[in-house]
Amino acid sequence: MSALATVTPLAVLLYLIAAWLLVGALGLVQSNRIGWVARILFPLGALVALGVAGMGALALTADFTAQSALLPLGLPDLPFHVRLDALSGFFLLLLGSAGAGISIFAAGYFRQGEGTAPGLLCLQYHVFLASMAMVILADDAYLFMVAWETMALSSYFLVTTQHRLPEIRRAGFLYLLMAHVGALALLLCFGVLHGGSWQMTFDAMRGATLAPAWASVAFVLALFGFGAKAGMVPLHVWLPEAHPAAPSPVSAMMSALMLKTAIYGLLRVSLDLLHVGPWWWGLLTLGLGLGTALYGAIFAAVQADMKRLLAYSSIENIGLILAGIGLALVCRSFDMRLLAALALAAALIHAFNHAFFKSLLFLATGSVMHATGERSLGKLGGLIRRMPWVAMLALIGSLAIAGLPPLNGFVSEWLLLQAFLQTPHIPHAFLNMIVPLGAAIVSLTAALAGYVMVKFYGVIFLGQPREPALREAHDAGALERLGLIWLALGCVLIGIFPQVALDVVGRVTLSLVGTTVQHGQSAWWMTPVASNRASYSGLWLWLGLLLVIGATFVLVRLFHHGRLRRTPPWDCGYPWQTPRMQDTAEGFGQPIRHLFGPVFRQQRELPLPSDLQPRYSVLISDRFWHALYLPLARLTRRIADSLAFLQGGRLSIYLLYSFVTLIFLLVCVQ
Amino acid sequence: MATMNLATQLLQMLAGALLLISFAMLAERRSRRLVTLLVWQGVVLVASTALVAATAHQSHLYYSAALTLLLKVGLLPWILLRLMRKLGIERDNEPLVNVPTLMLVGLVLVIFAFGLAQPVSALATTIIRRTLGIALAVVLLAFLMILARRKAFTQVIGFLALENGLFFAATSTTYGMPLVVELGIALDLLVGVFIFGIFFFQISEQFDSLDLQHLESLKED
Repeated sequence: MSALATVTPLAVLLYLIAAWLLVGALGLVQSNRIGWVARILFPLGALVALGVAGMGALALTADFTAQSALLPLGLPDLPFHVRLDALSGFFLLLLGSAGAGISIFAAGYFRQGEGTAPGLLCLQYHVFLASMAMVILADDAYLFMVAWETMALSSYFLVTTQHRLPEIRRAGFLYLLMAHVGALALLLCFGVLHGGSWQMTFDAMRGATLAPAWASVAFVLALFGFGAKAGMVPLHVWLPEAHPAAPSPVSAMMSALMLKTAIYGLLRVSLDLLHVGPWWWGLLTLGLGLGTALYGAIFAAVQADMKRLLAYSSIENIGLILAGIGLALVCRSFDMRLLAALALAAALIHAFNHAFFKSLLFLATGSVMHATGERSLGKLGGLIRRMPWVAMLALIGSLAIAGLPPLNGFVSEWLLLQAFLQTPHIPHAFLNMIVPLGAAIVSLTAALAGYVMVKFYGVIFLGQPREPALREAHDAGALERLGLIWLALGCVLIGIFPQVALDVVGRVTLSLVGTTVQHGQSAWWMTPVASNRASYSGLWLWLGLLLVIGATFVLVRLFHHGRLRRTPPWDCGYPWQTPRMQDTAEGFGQPIRHLFGPVFRQQRELPLPSDLQPRYSVLISDRFWHALYLPLARLTRRIADSLAFLQGGRLSIYLLYSFVTLIFLLVCVQ
Repeated sequence: MATMNLATQLLQMLAGALLLISFAMLAERRSRRLVTLLVWQGVVLVASTALVAATAHQSHLYYSAALTLLLKVGLLPWILLRLMRKLGIERDNEPLVNVPTLMLVGLVLVIFAFGLAQPVSALATTIIRRTLGIALAVVLLAFLMILARRKAFTQVIGFLALENGLFFAATSTTYGMPLVVELGIALDLLVGVFIFGIFFFQISEQFDSLDLQHLESLKED
């Protein structure tokens, strides 16, 4: 209460969250007037998001100390606790800054007559944002779970915006199911964490001393619960279904922001609430993270639907972040603080970067879908001419996600690799053999991600339009462009000034593992460990690149200009070419499909040589779905069937069950 | 000391009356009389709560007595009678088990409840601790009544009687629940009865009767 009376960042944050809820509620006032909802309320929400980002940034300044407050809400003896520290400040900064871009885009994106009424959508959207902020601010298990479930429910309604389509309802159900299974694990985790004191505040959990076995149980439950939300393999099945089902701004929010709340939760539990644990926690997280990263990258390479491709790419990026967290846990268990801080910084910066470039790409697919009505890569192509703005901005996002310098994706992947390459100092022979393997997998994943992005960008924007309808495609509107530019700017700025990001993240690592990663003496160079090992300067590289490109341009103009001639390209002696003959998404992914054949479950239909109308089709599905989920579902069904006799249909019999149970329990008590 | 004794005796008499009313409900077949019995049970409950409040100087119990009076003697019976008139319920059919057997089972339950309550009563410090057994018996008898009846309407009355027993148990062992909880339960009851009312209309519209045997046809094969 005391913190609410004065103007502190925490108090301002709480008012901003209330403002989000208010904006959402205002959407119901005239829920069908798109002008009111989209042109006024969504930009207002974006302004609030900027405020949230600003307050989060304040929490990351050097002289900030953690603030906590009690909210006059909740149950009589169980008030809500909130707390703002460096970790929550960082994730609020992420939520606010990326959320602002998405909201501005959404203001231009949502139209009349697409499923849910715009006003209702506005309510669900802003409740979703507010609940994510509350998850990050919560300081007791009760508020955390309330906010966590609100987040799951509001996003469920957002996913099922077009609920008239059965496959979207199915995707929504799967998402809700996995969200609840994960939440159940979290509930159990908090039940273990209080350590018998029955105090549900995080403060009490920090102070609780757990037996090592129970601490491990809590950690594994947290990894399961948060992993289910983050899309960790094998709990990822909902992600490639739910992300494509949602409208693009919602996919962007889920992928960029909601997955990060799971990362936040995992960090909060494993590094803040739990004390130093055994090294196998880290190894487990590392292994699952690397597996997730590789799995996501391989599957992304063979997708033919652009949003599914991005969803698998999200799985890949979450895997990289988890790998960084795993490495940090390993290092912390051996008290190697600097390396732990480096790995953690890499994971955090990657989380931030992913929020920017993934939302940028999801929003770009939204613009493409609005312009063309197509989601399948096989029916797109050549859009760079029709949609120059979207194409240009999507290019920045694609380069960033592929991990190319001088953009932000490179920074975090470079830091992650640095962390992996520094670990031969671990005093454990087995780990010393395992960790370099991790570096190899990270490199492979990064390379595959590049491959995926070439496919994504090339098939959508380059080449010739594969369908005649694409020639009528139009570029994105002004608000949509503004949102995309904001996100692209984030990608570029972090790429050029990585040392600033490292400084900011240093506040978080200082509070979690007790040290920061210095970026070196020079303000322009980033030297995480030692200058004789590795350094990187985004700005110099950027300037160098500009110089080379500029010089090439000038030289070409000087010496080559005037000798241009336009001719049709050589057609290999076959003059009847159509745009359908271009390389397709399936064709581009074919080498990966062959190389990693056993990973997929493939159903292929090859045409016979004698076919007059040859058709080729390939259906790629997840092995986990058939090996794990369907058997589990069948088992559940069988158990349910064998218990069906209990349902006799007679009400008295049902009541008799309760009566007999009551008597039995009473006898037991006695 | 003398007043104390008088109060205790009075309370035990009221508890006995509660049990008697429960048995009467078990045997009663007419819906209107069942509502009357429910009102009587409420009156006894109000009297006993007020008495406990006076002797133990627990002022919050006065509020719960007033609440009980308002809800269980006034509002709920009125709603039930209105429902009866609208739906044209006059009498329940034969119970699933005949009345003498039901009485015998009820007796066994009362003995069971007293046996169960004995160790708990020994621990309780309140003035009417011996009545816990009766409270438990009232709960079990009400449950038995729900079990043995066919009509939804009677079952709702059983449900309300069950709640009366729980309320009595709470007053007799711990001087009642916290007022917040009590208010919550009262609201639950009220809402519950409203919802039951809606269900009655639905059921009687679907099957032209409130006999729950018709619901068996809903079972999924």
